[in-house]
Amino acid sequence: MSVDNYIILACVLFTLGAIGVLVRRNAIVVFMSVELMLNATNLAFVAFARMNGNLDGQVIAFFVMVVAAAEVVVGLAIIVTVYRSRRSASIDEPNLLKY
Amino acid sequence: MTSTDPSAAEAVVFWVCAFLSVVGGIGLILSRRAVHSALWVALTMISLAVLYIANAAPFLGMVQIIVYTGAVMMLFLFVLMVVGVDSSDSLVETLRGQRVAGILLAVGFGLLLAIGLGSALNGVPVVGLDGANGEYGGNVEGLARLLFSEYVLAFEIVAGLLVVAALGALVLAHRERWQPRRTQREISQERTRGGIHPAPLPPPGVYARHNAVDTPALLPDGSVADISVPGPLRARGDLRPVDTAAVAETAALTSGEATYGPAKRPVADDPGTSPGEPS
Repeated sequence: MSVDNYIILACVLFTLGAIGVLVRRNAIVVFMSVELMLNATNLAFVAFARMNGNLDGQVIAFFVMVVAAAEVVVGLAIIVTVYRSRRSASIDEPNLLKY
Repeated sequence: MTSTDPSAAEAVVFWVCAFLSVVGGIGLILSRRAVHSALWVALTMISLAVLYIANAAPFLGMVQIIVYTGAVMMLFLFVLMVVGVDSSDSLVETLRGQRVAGILLAVGFGLLLAIGLGSALNGVPVVGLDGANGEYGGNVEGLARLLFSEYVLAFEIVAGLLVVAALGALVLAHRERWQPRRTQREISQERTRGGIHPAPLPPPGVYARHNAVDTPALLPDGSVADISVPGPLRARGDLRPVDTAAVAETAALTSGEATYGPAKRPVADDPGTSPGEPS
């Protein structure tokens, strides 16, 4: 089983996540798409670690997971705060910085 | 290719999990409701965990299941419930052509990545992790050795990051109290002086033949008490009509103008069917 397949799958998942970020409007769905992109990079890291025969890739994937968890915590708190003032979870609502 | 060939077994695992994870990713994009998107992402993450384990990373696979599907997705669902489950996407494009342009850009980027990486990886030998995993007795031991020796600074920084993130979430989610807290006394005064009905709403009442929600209570003069039926039913006019004859009979019985008894009952076909009903 070649490692290439895992890399291609990671590319596909990253693309799907990017489409979700660019197309969807709900802030939570956008956030989940970002998570999908992070997971795709993790898969690539794990596959590369196997290809190179050392564990550094897995350690970096581990760090990516920790950072993603921290990011989710802060991001969801921001979404809740925006929802409180705007009564909406749409990313079109917070537009005051535009002017 | 026999059934015990490890690479054939891995191919089966790969294709099944790759299919499931791509389906989950597409479902994330296409679901209109955010809860459905969250469930699709959970499917993707579980398939990815299986793929990690297939890639000789059992520790990461377990962490993926515990942290991602266990903690992160549950946090997502929790916030979804707070923010409102019904918040589905509007399909109006605020920027014209943004959707098509976004899809084209993302697909182009993905093709670029796949082709570039595919050609770069062509012919690169795969070393495999058996040596690295076996060096210190296992995958977890090997990772621990790396984390606490070479990457110990990054490890400490990440620990600080987690603490800061938790504090940041606390600060962001905290709501300052602008007014003093209302006491129980004030709440009860507001309730009794506010002009709303402070007591339980009236039930159908003694003249009612039914206790269904659409049966209105009757006021002493025989008119319908509006607050005894739910508002939507009242607005639709879906109230059970009041049987005025029965009400009058009952009122006559109560006031003593009429009496019970078989003597006043008109000729009954089967008196046993309605025992106790006043005639």
